[in-house]
Amino acid sequence: MAQTLLDKVWEAHTVRTLPSGQTQLLIGLHLIHEVTTPQAFDMLKDLKLKVRMPERTFGTLDHIIPTTSQVRPYADPMAEEMAEHMIRNTRDFGLPLFDLDSGRQGIVHVIGPELGLSQPGMTIACGDSHTSTHGAVGAIAFGIGTSQVRDVLATQCLAMAKPRLRQVRVDGALARGVTAKDVILAIIRQLGVKGGVGYAYEYAGPVVERMTMEERLTLCNMSIEGGARFGYVNPDQTTFDYLRGRPYAPAGDAFERAVTWWKSVATESGARYDDVAHVDGSAIEPVVTWGINPGMSVSVSERIPDPASAPESDRPTYREALAFMGFAPGQPIKGTKIDVAFVGSCTNGRLSDLRAAAEVAKGRKVAPGVRALIVPGSQQVAKAAEAEGLADVFTAAGFEWRRAGCSMCLGMNDDKLKGREVSASSSNRNFIGRQGSPTGRTLLMSPAMVAAAAIAGAVADVREVLR
Amino acid sequence: MSTDLRRRQVVGRGLPLPGNDIDTDRIIPARFLKAVTFAGLGEHAFEDARKVDPEHPFNQKAYQGASIMVVGQNFGCGSSREHAPQALLDWGIGALVGGSFGEIFFGNCTTNGMPCLTASPADLEWLQREVGRRPGEPLTVDVERREIRFAGRTITAAIPDGARNVLVDGSWNTTGVLLEAGGAIEATARRLPYVTGF
Ligand code: SF4
Repeated sequence: MAQTLLDKVWEAHTVRTLPSGQTQLLIGLHLIHEVTTPQAFDMLKDLKLKVRMPERTFGTLDHIIPTTSQVRPYADPMAEEMAEHMIRNTRDFGLPLFDLDSGRQGIVHVIGPELGLSQPGMTIACGDSHTSTHGAVGAIAFGIGTSQVRDVLATQCLAMAKPRLRQVRVDGALARGVTAKDVILAIIRQLGVKGGVGYAYEYAGPVVERMTMEERLTLCNMSIEGGARFGYVNPDQTTFDYLRGRPYAPAGDAFERAVTWWKSVATESGARYDDVAHVDGSAIEPVVTWGINPGMSVSVSERIPDPASAPESDRPTYREALAFMGFAPGQPIKGTKIDVAFVGSCTNGRLSDLRAAAEVAKGRKVAPGVRALIVPGSQQVAKAAEAEGLADVFTAAGFEWRRAGCSMCLGMNDDKLKGREVSASSSNRNFIGRQGSPTGRTLLMSPAMVAAAAIAGAVADVREVLR
Repeated sequence: MSTDLRRRQVVGRGLPLPGNDIDTDRIIPARFLKAVTFAGLGEHAFEDARKVDPEHPFNQKAYQGASIMVVGQNFGCGSSREHAPQALLDWGIGALVGGSFGEIFFGNCTTNGMPCLTASPADLEWLQREVGRRPGEPLTVDVERREIRFAGRTITAAIPDGARNVLVDGSWNTTGVLLEAGGAIEATARRLPYVTGF
């Protein structure tokens, strides 16, 4: 019987079936960061255990680090303590750490693919829900909690139940000004924020096949926002071309042998899915969220919906969202005033994202009163963006050019919303309080749309700006 | 390991927390993740929600000491932070009943011995209403038999086999179980081309 990538990768990594019926799944790549690991290392010490496969574990610093001055000790003593723990734990347990002086530091989901660590056919785990990002290279990649980080450190394995598989086919072709971010927001709007619970998503169809690797990374990144713990794209020539020459990708003859194996893990034609969903890619317009979860979105030309138009079970959440956001049903989303613009995060903090934002920013000025931040996803992204003049474009337009980190995606450093500020953000979550202020409001959109909003001082249609 | 790890059933007073899609950022805002231990998270559970809503169930006297939360759909979606179930545990919660759960949150609860069972929307509505009426009355979450008992009524509930089995037999602290595989772990790794360098 024809098998899917999920079937093949799951099978290849199965150590055994546990008495509970779950699978003991081997984890091929374990990525760690400073926020969800200190307790796991403590548990490991309590158990008097070592890291089972230190050579398959890599660490970075991303969530808490400041993006202004990164000179240590950090001004925030708790950030300093967490960084110190990470440095000490990785040293004590013999694990590589992409520290600030490595030139390779960055958001864990940006650096994994960028360094060629994340490869097709792997199982990848990290104590972070957006680990689904790495599925873009054709891996089974998912977020785990801290106790599971302990499990992977101690045993290189997890106890997991195999999810069902839904193929999400994006048909047609994307219109001008429509990006991978708009595609995933449209998918989540269509299938719902809990539509993917119990499922893995296999993204396919002509739109996905034509996407660059960075676009696929954006797409898979937000699988979790649709409830799916992981999502992947079958590896193809785009994947192989992307990986060739990366520091941790196989080199020389080994690369050719790797490609043969990578091809062999892709879903075979005729394989069966538990479900198939069709999304009309040609109909997607630039998307903006108006509410408090990533499923509450409209096209930029649409109006904020009336709760009465929503399915009955969603109405209370709709009303709660409108009250929190201070929006009225029927109000056009376009023209909504913003206070902050943020381009960055593991969703949209890569070079192509910065290029898209720079194209809009070039020769224009950030509207008076708007605080606009560009936070590259990694040191390497920053370096490349500086080399091609993007940083200069941004600063000339009045954006702040920052150092790499998670920054205002979750506001664990100084980059936070204040009070009820409205933020146009290229990140992935518009949850209440997400960007550091309990009453702050987030509108999710693509990086080009964020730049357009920064210039206009309000939600704008990037297609009109770039006409 | 003694029998006290077994979670055949959890008995305690209930706390209804209505609403869907309550994410882990709301359960424990990110600023409380700036710590190197899980200690003391309970007092910050739902901190922002409690501030803006004096009637939040976690603020109400009637629910102090409650140990079973009755929630809505997609509870615990979003961030993988184990700080969320840790905060609930620290506050005194021992089990949850809801319509559905964020998957990573569900796994984090299970691996901390905190059962999450699902029930139908109609039964949940009834349960939230009745627990609200009689907050002092004990509720039974029967993991083994997959049912909820309250006020003389028995509700059918669901929990996947794997989670149910580890909770019932007390093997939810997974490290020990996974270690038992021994050399089979390395043997599996050696069969993977990317581990051996292709
Ligand atoms: S950028 Fe945001 S979503 Fe991504 S890992 Fe950092 S905090 Fe999490």
